[in-house]
Amino acid sequence: MLFFILKRLAQSVLVMAVVSAVSFSLFNFVGDPVNNMVGQDATREQRIEIRQQLGLDDPILTQYSRFIGNMVQGDFGLSYRIKRPVDELIFERLPATLELVFVSAIIALVVGIGLGIYTGIRRHAWASRAVLSVSLIGVSLPTFIIGIALIYIFAVHLRWLPSSGRSGTVDLGGWKTSLLSIDGWRAIILPAITLSLFQLTLILRLVRAEMLEVMQTDFIKFARARGLSERAIHFRHALRNTLVPVITIIGLNIGGLIAFSVITETVFQWPGTGLMFIQAVDFVDVPIMAAYLVFVALLFVIINLVVDILYFVVDPRIRLGN
Amino acid sequence: MHFKKLLAVSFAALTAASPALAENVLRWTSQGDALTMDPHSQNEGPTIAMNGQIYESLVTRDADLKLQPELAESWQAGADGWTFTLRKGVKFHDGADFTAEDVVFSFERAKHEASDYKEQAKNVVSVEVIDDYTVKLVTDGPNPILPNQLTSIYMMDKGWSEANNVTTPQDFKAKEETYAVRNANGTGPFSLVSRAPDELTVLARNAAWWGEGQFPGNIDRIEYRPITNAATRVAALLSGEVDFVLDPPLQDLKRIEGADGLGVKTVAQIRSIFFGMDQGVDKLRSSDVDGNPFKDARVREAFNLAIDKAAIQRVVMEGLSFPTGMITPPGVLGNTPELDASYGFDAAKAKALLAEAGYPNGFSVQLDCPNNRYNNDEKICQAAVAMLAKIGVNVKLDAIPKAQHFPKIQKRESDFYMLGWGVPTLDSHYVFSYLLASNGSWNATGYANPRVDEITQAITTEIDIEKRTAMIDEAWQLVKAEMPYVPIHHQVLAWGISNKVDIPISADDAFRPRFAVMK
Repeated sequence: MLFFILKRLAQSVLVMAVVSAVSFSLFNFVGDPVNNMVGQDATREQRIEIRQQLGLDDPILTQYSRFIGNMVQGDFGLSYRIKRPVDELIFERLPATLELVFVSAIIALVVGIGLGIYTGIRRHAWASRAVLSVSLIGVSLPTFIIGIALIYIFAVHLRWLPSSGRSGTVDLGGWKTSLLSIDGWRAIILPAITLSLFQLTLILRLVRAEMLEVMQTDFIKFARARGLSERAIHFRHALRNTLVPVITIIGLNIGGLIAFSVITETVFQWPGTGLMFIQAVDFVDVPIMAAYLVFVALLFVIINLVVDILYFVVDPRIRLGN
Repeated sequence: MHFKKLLAVSFAALTAASPALAENVLRWTSQGDALTMDPHSQNEGPTIAMNGQIYESLVTRDADLKLQPELAESWQAGADGWTFTLRKGVKFHDGADFTAEDVVFSFERAKHEASDYKEQAKNVVSVEVIDDYTVKLVTDGPNPILPNQLTSIYMMDKGWSEANNVTTPQDFKAKEETYAVRNANGTGPFSLVSRAPDELTVLARNAAWWGEGQFPGNIDRIEYRPITNAATRVAALLSGEVDFVLDPPLQDLKRIEGADGLGVKTVAQIRSIFFGMDQGVDKLRSSDVDGNPFKDARVREAFNLAIDKAAIQRVVMEGLSFPTGMITPPGVLGNTPELDASYGFDAAKAKALLAEAGYPNGFSVQLDCPNNRYNNDEKICQAAVAMLAKIGVNVKLDAIPKAQHFPKIQKRESDFYMLGWGVPTLDSHYVFSYLLASNGSWNATGYANPRVDEITQAITTEIDIEKRTAMIDEAWQLVKAEMPYVPIHHQVLAWGISNKVDIPISADDAFRPRFAVMK
């Protein structure tokens, strides 16, 4: 067990190193940050001097080792764009992203599992067919179109909800939350729905398929033969058995939600890390891009590590094979 | 205990969120937030405009871009500098008096190595204090346009800067954020209440402002919320969440005008769009012919005649542009109706000129174009490619983000490129020195005319306005004839504004709330 975890940890470190190295080499193709950092009347000499000060002309390897060296000491540098420490910026923006991901994961789970069960059990009802056809939209339409459509329906026409931004936040000692006020909830609904749609559809279809399969199995037939109520069969026996793969998918997709939030956050001007990353790309704000990519890599690595460990605990076959 | 604290916090948040009803609150948005509140750190449009609501300069511009006194009441030119009489009784937002000492300090700060205004401020060699309310800005010889060059050099309080350890702008090697990045102490009509970069910036009316009562503006509180996505920005205006959008996309203007209670204002912007042709290199980098066709004036003329500026205006810009024959717009000293007239469109003559120059079958060249900088930039380039194809020039378009495009021009790596140029000083010198002088930092055309260089130098010191204007005109005539550039058009600015508020539009795209009136 310990050996397994150590092995995984070593692999994780390698993954992190590769991700950061690859992303670093990509920065050279994003453009020249200096042009954004000085006014148009700066002279060529001044531009060259700034490049030298920032070390932008050094070989990639030198830049990379400098970045790693500083990072190990906890120094992520200063944003080129807004001249503030990058780690501070990320931690300031993180609550917005995490809350958005949390709320949309809840929506995806509750609605996805609920509708999955319904369409699995009543698969010939017209409502099931309707849900399934509509769910196609969730998989096929790009996030930003869904987001803009929701904004025009609920903010511009009906005027029920704000179109963008994160209002009504309450500061809980450094963690600004929007889950404690009505304004905050009004603001989070549309982006959370937008972000959840893809996952929701995925869960819905997964639960439905699993339900259909489980309902065919022998133990359900036995349960029927024992004279259990339909309710008990569906929820106590069938649903439980469908949840194992669903939980696996959710675990793996939390990282995906955070990554997808880049687009949702841009459409809704949600002040999280995703929006910050897009703005950084536009400006060629290398310190933020570098730190963000390392952060996302770390997130995926941790999630995968946890999932691996869970498998190890849950599935005896992995232990035996080891 | 925890719950109580939470309750108190929530209550405070609720009350803070609802300002008194009688207040005139203006909520507005645009794409890009100011980068910093430090007035000397970033020389960038939105940053200058935002800081200009809090900080003030000696001389400013009104909504029509006319020079107006701000912290100086009057000024007088001399042979070696300008004397400014400062406004008396002006106080910074923290209550400190504004005096000559602050002017000396602010210019030193703007001239500092880490300042992004050192180019603008370099014209001021030093500042002499004559008395508490009179300063002389010493220049290197006479400088006829010094006041024009001062409008975005903002005045800071020496005492406040010293107390907060921000006597110099943040440099690129800095490891920590300075106090001035998110805090501000100016003399202007609004003071900074709260600042969450990229989220919300709140300004409140400064009741102690010197101009209180002299300007029509009646805004008590400004809430600025940047919205990156253009469609979301328009939605916020349509849903009534904001009263003013500085930069609605051109294709949405009709929609905004058609909506109840909303309107659009347009004005010719102080920014011209044009193509540069590199006549300086011996062989074009991206061409199939040997040598450099652009060295031949007939080829440059052919390019000017082959591109149908009126069609670009009609089809690409939906009417929202002013086709032109020069690379600087009306409003800038030097632009005249005759020079501004477009070269016209004559594909047959263009083809004949190419043949005369020895390229009857045309040649190939790459056009470098930004795709996220100017209105419809990439589409304009696509249109130009099609038009040049008709005279046999095979243009390969490379449309890329501005962060990659501009360095190409800076490093002189482009044969044929799109560029736009704004003129903050509203004087042709700013255009000559960057785009037409042989050593201009943005002149990637290799254009070098000794007389134009001479005039660029001479107009920095010529005090006689008539003589100076004549020289500017002479240089423009030379440029008009020699065609180092292909002028396309001047951009049009459009603001989307709610009928609840009257905001005069400014050609420099800066929002000036002192003129904004809530109805």
